[in-house]
Order: sequence, then structure tokens, then C-alpha cells
Amino acid sequence: MNAAQPRRMTYREACRQALRDALNTEPRSFLMGEDVGLYGGCYAVSKGLLEEFGERRIRDTPLSESAFVGAGIGAAMAGLRPIVEIMTCNFSLLALDQIMNSAATLPHMSGGQFAIPMVIRMATGAGRQLAAQHSHSLEGWYAHIPGLRVLAPGTVEDARYMLAPALADPNPVLLFEHIMLYNAEGEIPAKLSAVDITTARLRRTGDDLSLITYGGSLPKTLEAATRLAEEGIDAAVLDLRVLRPLDEAAILATVRHTGRAVIVDEGWRSGSLAAEIGMRLMEHCFDRLQAPVARVCTREVPIPYAAHLEQAALPSVEAIVEAARATMEAA
Amino acid sequence: MTTKAHVDRAMLLHLYREMRRIRVFEERCVELYQAEKIRGFLHLYDGQEAVAVGIMQALAPRDAVVATYREHGQAIARGIGTDVLMAEMFGCLEGCCRGRGGSMHIFDRATRFYGGNAIVGGGLPLAVGVALADREFERDAVTACFFGEGAVDEGEFHESVNLAVLWQLPVLFICENNLYSMGTPLELAEAETDIHSKAACYRLPSESVDGMSPLAVLSAATRAVEHIRATGGPYFLECRTYRFRAHSMFDAQGYRTREEVELWRRRDPIPRLASWLLDNGLAEAEELEAIDRAILAEMDAAVAFAENGSLEPVEGLERFVTMEDIPA
Ligand SMILES: Cc1ncc(C[n+]2csc(CCOP(=O)(O)OP(=O)(O)O)c2C)c(N)n1
Repeated sequence: MNAAQPRRMTYREACRQALRDALNTEPRSFLMGEDVGLYGGCYAVSKGLLEEFGERRIRDTPLSESAFVGAGIGAAMAGLRPIVEIMTCNFSLLALDQIMNSAATLPHMSGGQFAIPMVIRMATGAGRQLAAQHSHSLEGWYAHIPGLRVLAPGTVEDARYMLAPALADPNPVLLFEHIMLYNAEGEIPAKLSAVDITTARLRRTGDDLSLITYGGSLPKTLEAATRLAEEGIDAAVLDLRVLRPLDEAAILATVRHTGRAVIVDEGWRSGSLAAEIGMRLMEHCFDRLQAPVARVCTREVPIPYAAHLEQAALPSVEAIVEAARATMEAA
Repeated sequence: MTTKAHVDRAMLLHLYREMRRIRVFEERCVELYQAEKIRGFLHLYDGQEAVAVGIMQALAPRDAVVATYREHGQAIARGIGTDVLMAEMFGCLEGCCRGRGGSMHIFDRATRFYGGNAIVGGGLPLAVGVALADREFERDAVTACFFGEGAVDEGEFHESVNLAVLWQLPVLFICENNLYSMGTPLELAEAETDIHSKAACYRLPSESVDGMSPLAVLSAATRAVEHIRATGGPYFLECRTYRFRAHSMFDAQGYRTREEVELWRRRDPIPRLASWLLDNGLAEAEELEAIDRAILAEMDAAVAFAENGSLEPVEGLERFVTMEDIPA
């Protein structure tokens, strides 16, 4: 691929290219998970990689989420650099013990004797009429846990380049790929060949209010910002990218600039990441707020199958626009 | 590599000494718990010493160990100093985990001790992963994974055993069947109480062995380790044993009778090995007493080390929550 040209690709291709890069440049790395090899990945991310890298580097596992996530942890402690794919975050609950009780705790409990340099990738989010058991957004939950780094690529460039620094990190990194983004196409700027995994990014500058979001809600939020611009409202869009640890400085900077914030989060409202961000705004820039902080979250229901109900449950462009308008009118 | 464990007088005395070291360490732990120097959950190993000691004798330094929350015995037999262990019980900076783990979470990089683990069954997947890494790096190492029969109830047992066989990984699974998981007798928890037969149905070579005999454990472990090194695949040992003390420090033991405990105490591996050594003229009483005196001195020193330990400054509270680099 010619790095001098801007490159157009899908989010899925970007994820695959990231895996290919990691496997090529880090000999201790390997990918394991359910159907990552012969089948090509349940969202076809790893398609072709088995043929390219062979069975040692691309390992199909049994349906044993706890065992293969735990095996990834043990392998990382003993020197490998595992990339573990959990088909979707819904099934990560069967590995939650290993993620929360082992990956997030052992470096600390061992007094720093062991690091766990591994990446756990999983698909997240709703929007494909898969109903409640296949539509969870659990990244906010995981962002509650000290010891983990939580990433949510919302753009093709992040899908393409977040894996490398994640794999180089000495800590367990959870990488959430939104199922509605896999087919999205985007352009990677010619000069871009790396991204960091510590900072949020302002995807659109604006003076009137700050829309704060991440992952699958980013395209919706950008669209809402475009519509708001037509109404003469100049919205900034902050893509969090990294959900733990939060780039608090970036959040505070944009809200200090605009004085108004709407947080868009596909998680349920109660006890959500959106709640955490709202609270940090209260703590650190209360004096700069010109309106109450608003949130657009998923309605508090198990995501239903029927298309109209599912769409009604999720954050929508309309709801974001509405919330932004109300925030502009407040105070 | 020898097929049989080399058991001579020196080895017998070594087995005796190691079991006694564990027993005396645990006695000190009880006293110190009552004195409120040690807090939290404390699970003692009395009665099961032959298992840890027998298994460790069959391992090499390059091998790895994964254990449970009842792991003082494994830690001592693996060679972690009783001083840093005791300091860990005291929550001191000088403890092997700088006071962050305590009794249930002993780790030691130098001896490849990948932890106590307070989640029943939680260590099994880790052991599979350590073994995978060892195989990929061609370290010719075995991962010895200890767990109680209670872990066999957990899905993680079945998932892990299957994965180890499927991928032919060098794991020595050691089930310490002491008949009770907390207060639940095996037959109230398992439809099939013959544990090693469960392992066998995963095509895992398995056997059960008298866990009250260090020699039986040592010879089975030697065979098992040899099998693993020769084939690269896993092996399963069920060690039939008994814990003499309560499950932890809070346990009225209403689930078993005094008589039952007494019967098992008659099979205590430590006095049995002592009498056997004496009866067969392999040791003089004086010699065993000298060993004991040395152990008491070692434990006094360990307690003094812990008593003189310092505390991690509170500013260090969040250290190691995320790591800055990967320890070499
Ligand atoms: C997943 C999980 N469930 C329950 C417990 C509480 N618990 C601690 S020890 C124990 C009994 C385990 O028995 P066993 O595996 O036979 O080991 P033993 O204590 O006899 O050494 C239980 C139920 C736990 N720590 N982890």
C-alpha cells in the first residue's frame, strides 16, 4: 500500500490490516478466539489471516470464553503478546471473571512482579435487530475497572492504528469495535501511520456547544453537528476514543471553551460513562457551564428485536439535535 | 531424566523437613492471626503437606506453578522465603507482593510462582496460558496447576482441561481432593465423585494417588512430569487428602465429625514419615530434633522479619494498578 496516498478502506479492512501489521511486526503476538481462523471471524475481520499466518498465529478456540481469555492472561504473563477476540461483548460476560478478577488485578496484587500485555478485542453495540442478548454496549461498564485500558475506535484511522500501541502497552487493553461501523468507509490521511491511545480528539471544532461521544455514536453525532450548523449552531464534536483512562483535559478544554455540553453514549443512562463525564464537568468546570449538561443515552430497556423499537431505544441523530437545541435555549 | 524418583536418605529427610516447615509456618500463622497481626481470610494447609512437597520435588526451576488461596504450602515448598511470605501476611512492604496480596495471593517471579488465586477455578485458565507461552518459547517447562476438588464444579475446570488436551499443552493438573469444599461434601456437589475419571473423559491421562504419602505423590508426580516432558501434553493427578483444620479462620465445622478428623489425623504424613525413618534406621531421633530446632529458628526469624517490616507509604497506593513497563 502506498503510504503517500490517502487510503480509503472500510473499518473492517482497517481492523484486519491492523491485525496483519501486529502479526508481522510482533513475533510474540497471535490471535485467538472463536471462529477467527477457518470461519474468518464472526464479523469477517480476520478473514484470510489463517491462510497467511498459519494455525500457530491464528488459533481457533472452543466456545470457552473464560478459558481462552484466561489462557491469554497466563500467556501474556509468561511472555507472549496475545490478541484475544471475543465474538461480541455480550459473550465477554462469560469471561468477566478472568477480565476483572485476573487481568485487572494480578499486576497490582503481585506488587508489580507481573504485567499483562494483552489485547482483548470485541464487537459491541446495537443496530442490527439482534435483540437484547446480542446488542449490549458494555464498554462503559469495563471503563469502571482500574487496571484496564478501554479503547473505542470510532473512525477508520483508529480502527487501523489503535491496535499497535494497544499491543505495545504493558497493561490489558480492551478494544471495542462497533458492529455498525464495520462496513463504514473512511479515508486515512496520507501522512498518518500511527495514533496514540491516550488522548481524545476534537473531530469538529465549534464555539457554541460541545458534543461528547465515542464509538458507534460518533457518526451520528457528526451528522447531528452538520444539521445543527444549518440552523446556525456551531457544535464541537469530541471523540473520546479512550474510555479509560479518560482524557479529562480534553473534555474540560472543549466545555470550558463552549460552556455547554451534550454527552452521547450508547450505554444505558443509569450509572453510565455519560454520568461519569457529566460529574467530572460538575467537579471541574461548574463555573463555566452556561446550561445544564445534557445526555443522550440508550433507553433503559433490553434492546428489542423489532426495528422501530430498536431504533427508538438507541441514540439518534434527531435526539442529539433536539438535546443540543434545548441546551442552547437553556439559560 | 530418571523414570523413578531418586529416593535416598537425603531425599527422605528433605521431604520431612519441607513438610515440617509448612506445618510450623501454619502454626505460627494461627498464633499471629489470633494476635491480630494477620487479618483477612487465612486458609491453612495442615494435613495436605505431602501433596505440595511431593509435587515440588518433581519440578525443575524452569517449571511454573499456579495455585489457589490455600497456597502457603506450595509457596514454601517451591522455595519462596518464609520471611517474605510472613511479611506479606503482615501486609508489609517487604512482603513478596509488597502487602497487596496477603495470604491468598502469593506471587513470586523468581520461582515462576504465578499466584495464589482466590477465585475457585480461576487459576486453571491461567495455567493453560502459561503452558502455551512456555511451549511457544520452547522452554521445555511444565506448569503445575493446583486446585481443590471444589474447582471441579466450576466451568473453568472443564473449559481449561479440554483446552489443554486439545492443544496438547504441558500442564500438570493437581486436584487436591480433601473431600470438602468449605462445608460441602463432595457427594453433595458432584454427580460423579470419582474425579480422576472426569479428567479421563477429556482424554487426559490421569491417576489418583494417596495424597497423605509424600513418597506416593513424589513418585506419581515424577511419572507425570516425565510423561509431560516426553509427550508435550497434559497430565492429571488427583491427590486424595484431608485438611485437618477449619476451612478458614471462621468455620464451626458442623459438616464433619470429630471422629472423622481424628481418623484422618492418624494418617498425618509428618509423624508417619518420622516414625518410618526411625524404625528403619534412616534417621536418629536426635537428627529429627535438630531439623525441628532449625525450623523453629527459621520461623522465629521469619516472624521477626515481618515484625520489623515497614509499610508501603500510602502515596504508593495506586502503584502497579497500571504498569509502566513489562518486568524483564
Ligand atoms: C468462584 C468462587 N466461588 C466461591 C468461592 C468461595 N469459596 C472459597 S473457598 C471455597 C471452597 C473451595 O473448595 P476446594 O476447591 O475443594 O478447595 P479447598 O478449600 O478444600 O482447598 C469456596 C466455595 C470462591 N472463592 N470463588
